[in-house]
Amino acid sequence: MSLQLIASRLQENFSTGFVKAVEWRGDLAVTVTRDRLHEVAQFLHDDPAMDFDYIVHVSSVDWPDDEERFEVVYEFYSIRKRQRIRLKARVPESDCIVDSLTDLWKGADFMEREVYDMMGIRFRHHPDLRRILMPDDYTEGYPLRKDFPLRGKGWRDTFEFLDETAR
Amino acid sequence: MAFEDQRTTVYKIDPAHPGSETLPTLRTEELLLNMGPQHPATHGVLKVVLELEGERLVKSTPVLGYLHRGVEKLAEDGTYHQFIPHTDRLDYVCAMYNNFAYCRAVEKLMNIIVPDRAEYLRTIVAEVQRIIGHQFWLGTQALDIGAMTVFFYCFRDREILMDWFDELCGARLTTSWYRIGGVERDFTSSLLDKLKQFLDYFPPKIDEYMVFLETNRIWVGRTKGVAIISAEDAVSFGLSGPTLRGSGVDYDLRKAQPYSAYPKCEFSVPLGKNGDTYDRYWIRVQEFYESVKIIRQCLEQMPAGPIMADVPSVTLPPKQRVFTNLESMIQQFKLFSQGFDAPPGEIYCGTEAHKGELGFYIVSTGGGKPYRLKIRAPSFIHMGAFDHMSRGYMISDAVTIFGTYDIVMGECDR
Repeated sequence: MSLQLIASRLQENFSTGFVKAVEWRGDLAVTVTRDRLHEVAQFLHDDPAMDFDYIVHVSSVDWPDDEERFEVVYEFYSIRKRQRIRLKARVPESDCIVDSLTDLWKGADFMEREVYDMMGIRFRHHPDLRRILMPDDYTEGYPLRKDFPLRGKGWRDTFEFLDETAR
Repeated sequence: MAFEDQRTTVYKIDPAHPGSETLPTLRTEELLLNMGPQHPATHGVLKVVLELEGERLVKSTPVLGYLHRGVEKLAEDGTYHQFIPHTDRLDYVCAMYNNFAYCRAVEKLMNIIVPDRAEYLRTIVAEVQRIIGHQFWLGTQALDIGAMTVFFYCFRDREILMDWFDELCGARLTTSWYRIGGVERDFTSSLLDKLKQFLDYFPPKIDEYMVFLETNRIWVGRTKGVAIISAEDAVSFGLSGPTLRGSGVDYDLRKAQPYSAYPKCEFSVPLGKNGDTYDRYWIRVQEFYESVKIIRQCLEQMPAGPIMADVPSVTLPPKQRVFTNLESMIQQFKLFSQGFDAPPGEIYCGTEAHKGELGFYIVSTGGGKPYRLKIRAPSFIHMGAFDHMSRGYMISDAVTIFGTYDIVMGECDR
């Protein structure tokens, strides 16, 4: 099934939740509203013509200037059909939660935990939503958000300079 | 699964069993055991909290992040060219394949076509790296289980290729030989001779490794039927590489989405049947032969020509010219200080590294630095299946199960 056909079938079946489909450099990226994300994912997983049985990665992007600040990105692959799709949904900062897809793909467990750890997006019905790479008691925020400092927090500047040559 | 039932019940005391009433009532509780963070079998720094019932694993919880260095955040601070050395430090035993996967992703973003000769050079070095990776895996996995000899044999042969890398790019581990749009330098005649010598030398040695392991009853007993995962579960967990193919799933990106010089080579993808540790070992050993086959074909077919795409706004000038030619000097300087202007958009590009699918998801908003760069690390995803695969096995099998993934924590924690 060609990428255009996948996109148009999704648009037919989910007329209310479908936001847009973009094809660029041979990758198809479909954006849906977050309340229908789980339904769309279930359709992609279960429909025999889609058959996306393999989860490639779960990722997230921070767009601080946008109204709905975060973007959750899922990438699926179909081993039998050899096709690939990227499914995205926008999440606002005030209500930073989406439905977990762990019931469809078991591998989503660790991948969603990483997104939670790095970007602070929570996943509803996730069996074990804890930090995974950062320590459990880490309270300084979510490292991959754009407001997390990229070049240190300035505490290095406060170090006293010791002149070794003056001793 | 009948096998699983047998495994979990056979060691329990049956209350209906005659004589069991004479046993004193034992207080039973599950024991929590920390394995790691410092443990030689975890190949890095990894802690696993094991819940034990006797010597059986009831549940295991991996605690990751001891080697987390924030590579994805670092990527947002540097230009695309500057990120290549960071990729060396992901999977630090197989840096070449990380470079390869990253460069391919950026080339997809920039829509660059790599010249033919460079594609062949890339494929040859990637396959040499696959041999090194599997040798490293084979040696350390056998060592973890207690078979020591094969470790020395693997590392003896690995050393030849490490020296070969040294001659190729000046480094043994942190290679950074791949460049966006091509490779850093061509093979010399001495490198070609050494590689051809190795191809003749190596196949008999593979048989040697196999004899050492397959005649070792302890090793066979500890790998056959251990850490079985069904094909459905392996796919659902997103496993890749030999860990997935061990369960009989035919998914190899070199065949599914052919790239570089792979479509021009003939090779087969070995598949397992039982999905146990032994099958995954067998696949890796068969891949030795396939890699040798691919390298031989590439050496025969390799055309002459440039080794770097000619896109001056993106690719680097040849190093010789940088020191003698003013324009090349400026080109090099601008590319490293400002980077090239990437078009806004997003791509995902997966590459079949020897551990599994190593992918890069890059979001660009224009400019010289990636807006977001996500690394799909096979080791991390394989650890997600650890609990599922270890339940019901003995505590000593935990080491075998780490080993079977070919896990490297630098890549897992990034």
